[in-house]
Amino acid sequence: MQRIGVFVCHCGTNIAATVDVEAVAEAAKSVPGVVFSADYPYMCSESGQDLVKESVQKYNLTNVVICSCSPRMHEKTFRKAVESIGMNPYMLEIANIREQCSWVHKDKEEGTEKAIMLMKAACAKATLNTPLTPGMLPVTKRALVIGGGIAGMQAALDIAEAGYEVDIVEQKPTIGGKMAQLDKTFPTLDCSSCIVTPKMVDVGQNDKIRILSYSDVEEVKGYIGNFDVKIKRKARYVDEDKCTGCGLCTEKCPMKKVPNEWNLELDTRSCVYIPFAQAVPKVATIDPRYCLKLNKGTCGICSKVCGVGAINYEAKDEIIEEKYGAIVAATGFEIADISRYDEYAYGQSPDVVTSLEYERLMSAAGPFGGHLLRPSDHKEPKKIVFVQCVGSREEESCKGGKEYCSKVCCMYTAKHAILTKDHYPDTDIYVFYIDVRTPGKLFDEFYRRAVEQYGVHYIKGAVGKVTPHKETGKLEVQGYDMILNEQMHIDADMVVLAAAVEPSHTARRMATMLTAPMDNNDFFTEAHAKLRPVESATAGVFLAGMCQGPKDIPETVSQASAAAAKVIGVLAKDQLVGNPCIAHPDELMCNGCSQCAGVCPYGAITYVEKEFRMPNRTTKMRRVAQVNEAVCQGCGACTVTCPSGAMDLRGFSNNEIMAEVDALCL
Amino acid sequence: MSVKENTEFQPTIVAFCCNWCSYSGADLAGTNRLSYPTNVKIIRVPCSCRINPMFVLRAFQRGADGVILCGCHPGDCHYMEGNYHTRRRMTLLFSMLNYLGIESARTRVEWVSAAEGQRFVDVMDDFTAKITELGPNRRLEDLRCKKN
Repeated sequence: MQRIGVFVCHCGTNIAATVDVEAVAEAAKSVPGVVFSADYPYMCSESGQDLVKESVQKYNLTNVVICSCSPRMHEKTFRKAVESIGMNPYMLEIANIREQCSWVHKDKEEGTEKAIMLMKAACAKATLNTPLTPGMLPVTKRALVIGGGIAGMQAALDIAEAGYEVDIVEQKPTIGGKMAQLDKTFPTLDCSSCIVTPKMVDVGQNDKIRILSYSDVEEVKGYIGNFDVKIKRKARYVDEDKCTGCGLCTEKCPMKKVPNEWNLELDTRSCVYIPFAQAVPKVATIDPRYCLKLNKGTCGICSKVCGVGAINYEAKDEIIEEKYGAIVAATGFEIADISRYDEYAYGQSPDVVTSLEYERLMSAAGPFGGHLLRPSDHKEPKKIVFVQCVGSREEESCKGGKEYCSKVCCMYTAKHAILTKDHYPDTDIYVFYIDVRTPGKLFDEFYRRAVEQYGVHYIKGAVGKVTPHKETGKLEVQGYDMILNEQMHIDADMVVLAAAVEPSHTARRMATMLTAPMDNNDFFTEAHAKLRPVESATAGVFLAGMCQGPKDIPETVSQASAAAAKVIGVLAKDQLVGNPCIAHPDELMCNGCSQCAGVCPYGAITYVEKEFRMPNRTTKMRRVAQVNEAVCQGCGACTVTCPSGAMDLRGFSNNEIMAEVDALCL
Repeated sequence: MSVKENTEFQPTIVAFCCNWCSYSGADLAGTNRLSYPTNVKIIRVPCSCRINPMFVLRAFQRGADGVILCGCHPGDCHYMEGNYHTRRRMTLLFSMLNYLGIESARTRVEWVSAAEGQRFVDVMDDFTAKITELGPNRRLEDLRCKKN
């Protein structure tokens, strides 16, 4: 006979304000099987856990029901607590009377009534609980990092530092990501490439790290400790091992009019190209969209000039299969498409640019060699207007803007203003903003320097229209100053738009492959907003950088290192504790029809011939299902498919769920 | 809450929620203090494909007035394809229940992601209002199961 103890948490006033906790504890006393009930202000506190442990021993409890917050919050805590005194952790049930009762209902009477029902349902399930023991899973001691930006590089370096092999999969021909495209970083104004390129070299030279550049993740299967990943290595038509990165082919290539992605298409590059001087791996790539040899069968100059014979026009995309124990998603971000904001004349005038384009215009490795010039007539701009929050902090209904704050724009605009004033002190700079947000170490001081020391005109308000005037070459900016409550007209030479950041367009596809949840904006969701910010809800998948939400470089680096620490935590184990809530067949009922194997997404079900004892001392060989405990993830698809009802799910058995249904309906 | 003002009838509604998306969505509704009727009682299952048609029948047998299944959006299932199984199974089950006289408005499958606290509330508000309008379900209820 089960002896159940019910423990009702007040959670301060979080539960107690809308649920009469004493009444719930009192009602528990009349539930069949309950021999003890109590309420306590904070069940999750050490003294609350002690109360549970002491009561289990004192009243010889076999099952525990905790009425508290969501099981997603503290199920582990309480399971650990009861395990410490020798109880099987799976004999514990949680009734969620906070998130799904006290926080969503206002009326105390109704709330209490519902809490009692939830408690009864949990008791009904607890009565049927059976002790479960998890199986052990082997661990492949290698990690995969998806994305070779600063987040991916930092994570890979930290994992490699601990002695594990890491593969970085990067879509572009080189690692480095967006940080390599920046000119300077705020608030210290150190040169971005001077700090990121040594990191790239470190990654390239680390013998534990393999860079799979110009590659895509095609398929992810498996689970924590044992991911099977297919990676497509796109044909670059240049042998990576032979190419020395001398760049002779890029000089001789006759097709020089290819838009240069590296400089955001502000200039052009050759068809066979190395994205930039410090690229890692420093090997050439042929762009198959423009190559004369590949498209028309002519030319072939690069092959003739290449001293080491690295060019191979016959190269094909290649799929490689690898095994990993843990995965870091560091897929980064893109600048949102702002062409739909035609009031800013982006796309109508080359002198209206995004902030990242402005970054390239200022960069010494940029299209004008670090000399700030207008893209239209290559003249120095004398008056520049910066517009903040283009596409950020906006209703989605309004041109599909982003409701979130892109976080980095206030700071990089202050940086642009300061840098511009430093190089060209006679430039007039106006910044239109909604709010200036500068939380962070030395951030506000930096912004104030822009205003006080450099005399940048910060105007609280919005820009209504930018009109390019062909004759004068000026951009007429119509704005509104909210503080002075007046319209403004500025004849600017350049307009710089702080466009919203958005997750990489491949992130959604990646999340589907990793079965990792995403939010409405396509940012990866962390397992817990406060306490597990670098883990995905999918075990073994970790998050780093902008793919999880807008953040600046130091935050990205910290998150990447944190994700690496989590990965090392997984790889350091020889075996992982599995999930005991898995399917198991009743062999006497199973007739080996194979329907369960047909629906299993993991291929966890196989069939064996087994000998069964029959009446009159005879035996019979029968084919029955067998579940691989290491592979089953416990979704339960097979339990419903089984026509004879032989398959059941441990921890969520048919009887347990139906007992809950009964308790809630009757 | 409007339910209470209009009528005395308080429907019993069982909501099966998958652990990864919808149960988290319901938790998020709580974290954001969004309110929905107390009639909705949630049962946690690992995946919507764990919901045996038997559970739905059992709920109606024991006097539930409406049953709603919530899972991850198609394509987002934590177990890759569980919600597709659910969709197919429940289409069949619901049409059979309809034939038996359980109005099709009493049964529903909805996709609610872990980020959609507001959607969870909207779905539950709407479902509760519809069930309240339909009145009590007596078609499959087994009165022998009633305690009093």
